[in-house]
Amino acid sequence: MEIQPILAALRKHKIPTALIVLEIALACAVLCNAVFMIGQRLGEIHLSNAIDESGVSVLDVRGLDPEAMAADVPRDLAALRGIPGVTAAAAFNSLPLTNNGWNSDVATGPGKLFEKNAPNVMMYMFTESGDKALGLQLLKGRFFTATEYADSKLGGSYLPSGHVVLVTPSLAGRLWPGQPALGKQIWIGDDLHYTVVGIVGNVLRPSENGQGLSGFYHSLFFPISPGPNISNYVVRSAPADRDRVLRDGVRKTEALLPNAVVKGKTFTEIRDKYFADSRSMVWMLVLVCVVMLAVTAFGIVGLTSFWVGQRRRQIGIRRAVGATRAHILQYFQTENFLLSTAGVAIGMLLAFGINLYLMQHYQMLRMPWYYLPASAIALWLLGQLAVLGPALRASNVPPVVATRGG
Amino acid sequence: MFSYYIELALRSLKRTPVLTALMVLAIGLGIGASMTMLTVLHVMTQDPLPGRSAHLYYPHLDPLPTNYKTDPLGTNPNQNLTWPDAMALLHAHRAVRQAAMAGGRVLLWPQRTDVQPFYVDGHYTTHAFFDMFGVPFVEGSGWTATDDQASARVVVLTQTLARKLFGAANAVGKTVRLGELDYRVVGVTKDWAPKPLFYADASAQFYSDVDQFFLPLSDVLNSKQLDGDLRVSGNISGWSDSNGDNLRDPSTTWIQFWVQLDTPTQVATYRQFLVDYSAEQKSLGRYQRPPTNAKLYSLMGWLQYENLVPDDVKLQMWLALGFLGVAMLNIVALLLAKFLRRSGEISVRRAMGARTRDIFVQFGIESALVGVAGGLLGLGISQIGLWSIRQRPDDYAHLASMDPSMLVGTVMLAIVASVLAGMLPAWRACRVPPALQLKAQ
Repeated sequence: MEIQPILAALRKHKIPTALIVLEIALACAVLCNAVFMIGQRLGEIHLSNAIDESGVSVLDVRGLDPEAMAADVPRDLAALRGIPGVTAAAAFNSLPLTNNGWNSDVATGPGKLFEKNAPNVMMYMFTESGDKALGLQLLKGRFFTATEYADSKLGGSYLPSGHVVLVTPSLAGRLWPGQPALGKQIWIGDDLHYTVVGIVGNVLRPSENGQGLSGFYHSLFFPISPGPNISNYVVRSAPADRDRVLRDGVRKTEALLPNAVVKGKTFTEIRDKYFADSRSMVWMLVLVCVVMLAVTAFGIVGLTSFWVGQRRRQIGIRRAVGATRAHILQYFQTENFLLSTAGVAIGMLLAFGINLYLMQHYQMLRMPWYYLPASAIALWLLGQLAVLGPALRASNVPPVVATRGG
Repeated sequence: MFSYYIELALRSLKRTPVLTALMVLAIGLGIGASMTMLTVLHVMTQDPLPGRSAHLYYPHLDPLPTNYKTDPLGTNPNQNLTWPDAMALLHAHRAVRQAAMAGGRVLLWPQRTDVQPFYVDGHYTTHAFFDMFGVPFVEGSGWTATDDQASARVVVLTQTLARKLFGAANAVGKTVRLGELDYRVVGVTKDWAPKPLFYADASAQFYSDVDQFFLPLSDVLNSKQLDGDLRVSGNISGWSDSNGDNLRDPSTTWIQFWVQLDTPTQVATYRQFLVDYSAEQKSLGRYQRPPTNAKLYSLMGWLQYENLVPDDVKLQMWLALGFLGVAMLNIVALLLAKFLRRSGEISVRRAMGARTRDIFVQFGIESALVGVAGGLLGLGISQIGLWSIRQRPDDYAHLASMDPSMLVGTVMLAIVASVLAGMLPAWRACRVPPALQLKAQ
């Protein structure tokens, strides 16, 4: 296919050509970034979480008498364990994805807390058998002993008085890169320190807490004896029993604590609620992409249709002097290919620029390079698809048109 | 002549109905999406207290140790004040009015036996709060400076909560049981919730939180019920190892503080006062950072500093504007192609005596018609868009609706967009050289 005549024809329509190229460029740039954002959101929504998500239910109990909790909590938990189908129950200070963070900076030695690289972590605390209630996955080391639970109380700064802790591999890698974490110590300030006795699968924090995805698994687990502020009852059962167990659990707890306000939720609900914003953003982005591509396609159809109409006579002449239908079809397809190529070339540059801008202003990550060619191909295909209709109509122009006037 | 051009334009648009519909749809979608997001942004950045906001300021002190690592993007402890600093500023009386405050949540026991005890959210504050923010009262009033000093057990309720507790009857003088103690109602306010709730702590839901009660801060801090049935809600951040009385600790921040300053001189004097105060604290060894870190934010400036508009919303706005750009380029290209195809017709009109200006006006009207239709469609689409945002779970969702200024803005955007889009094609059309075209015919 000769492209020289096509370029000559486009040169006669400089402004519409430039406009359609710009439109394709802009669409390409927006598409790249929107698809990238969709990918990021979907990645967040499907983040793994090493607990038994489908079997865990949570009872959030408010209005407990702080002084009576040391006695009330074990009684309530014993009652919850009595519900048929419950495999474990324990009290927690907070749970993943509930937006109720107990965060602190931690260090690997005394007095290092204010150093720039001290990571911010979530401190989960649970009463005896909390590891079973949440379904923590032990990778190395051990869980806590009964004495360790009994010896640990919540201090005035909301820190446990015990000396043992479980870490996630993500946090262990951040604190001691390349070294075994078992037996190492975690320090908060100059006095409080905790020895790592076990490593458990990566558990998400209550919220991202401005730490980015890399810090989302920075969780610590401490043993704690029942007391004030440890008021989330976690109940585990088989997924099939879960809804009934939760209903019974709320009823039982309310009967035991007439002055308290009890809210029951399955962990699946907690997760859905946490990611509801991300999910609605994904739908909105998908909608914008689809509509924008549709508008671009209609633009191409409209413009090419006009050009076909304008060139009916020339097409007729070409057909009369021997061009086949395929030639005419190819002419318009090649023309569109050239326009799209120019468009995506500018578009990829633009997309890259927009990504840089977003990285600077909106905590956006760098877009992987393959998004650029991927959306380029998408727009090429879209262009070819859009041009097919008008091009076929052009190829159907009979040669006899050449002999008729204007 | 004008009506003739409109008739011509309508006829021309009717000749290509599918294309016209597509153009109108494209510009309608572009404008609808843009206006939806601009409206959301507009309601999120609006002035929460028109008329008063210009005189309200937020003092910002920096008691953090030098080696404390602050997060440039997140919330930092020095956004709130410590108890000693707040009390020092409060008792200095250097502003026209000043009030310290913190968010709170209390367990309320209704006297009516048919209502279960429930938690309500509100604020613990000092007496000047009500006059300074101009809180409208239905009955009674706020408490007095004496009540603050005496840690009196008094409470101000909102109308909704008062109705819930006492029905339609007069609430002032009645008692409310908060936790285990009785509080006397001294005033009932109208349901008053500035959007955003500018005086709240950074952890608040600025667009959906509503205060149901106000209690004297001094009483709450002295109360044995604190951390039991009365709680401070909001960020409580400390940076010392001591396990003492958390809230009075000089290295624990949790209080918000607002001052009223009426003249530029007062503002300058107060700013200097904050720097002097910081310098004094530094010389006493309490502060470590330079005294010039002390700042005085205006209300709108503080909201900007708090960065209330989520990145998602800003990104969606850019996306919507990008989409409008695509739609406009699309329309320019299509109109241009369409107009130039009518070069013959233009030439005949020119040869018959029409000036270039006439041609420009004729085609300008045709593109303006597309724009007006698109704008009307966009208005409808943005209403659907706002409706869908109101269904979303976000904090600001329920605010997403258009006020008159945004309605006017939408129509303006539609007109500007269509005139811009129509200008180039109309200009090109009127520059068609008549002789050449006529010859080709």
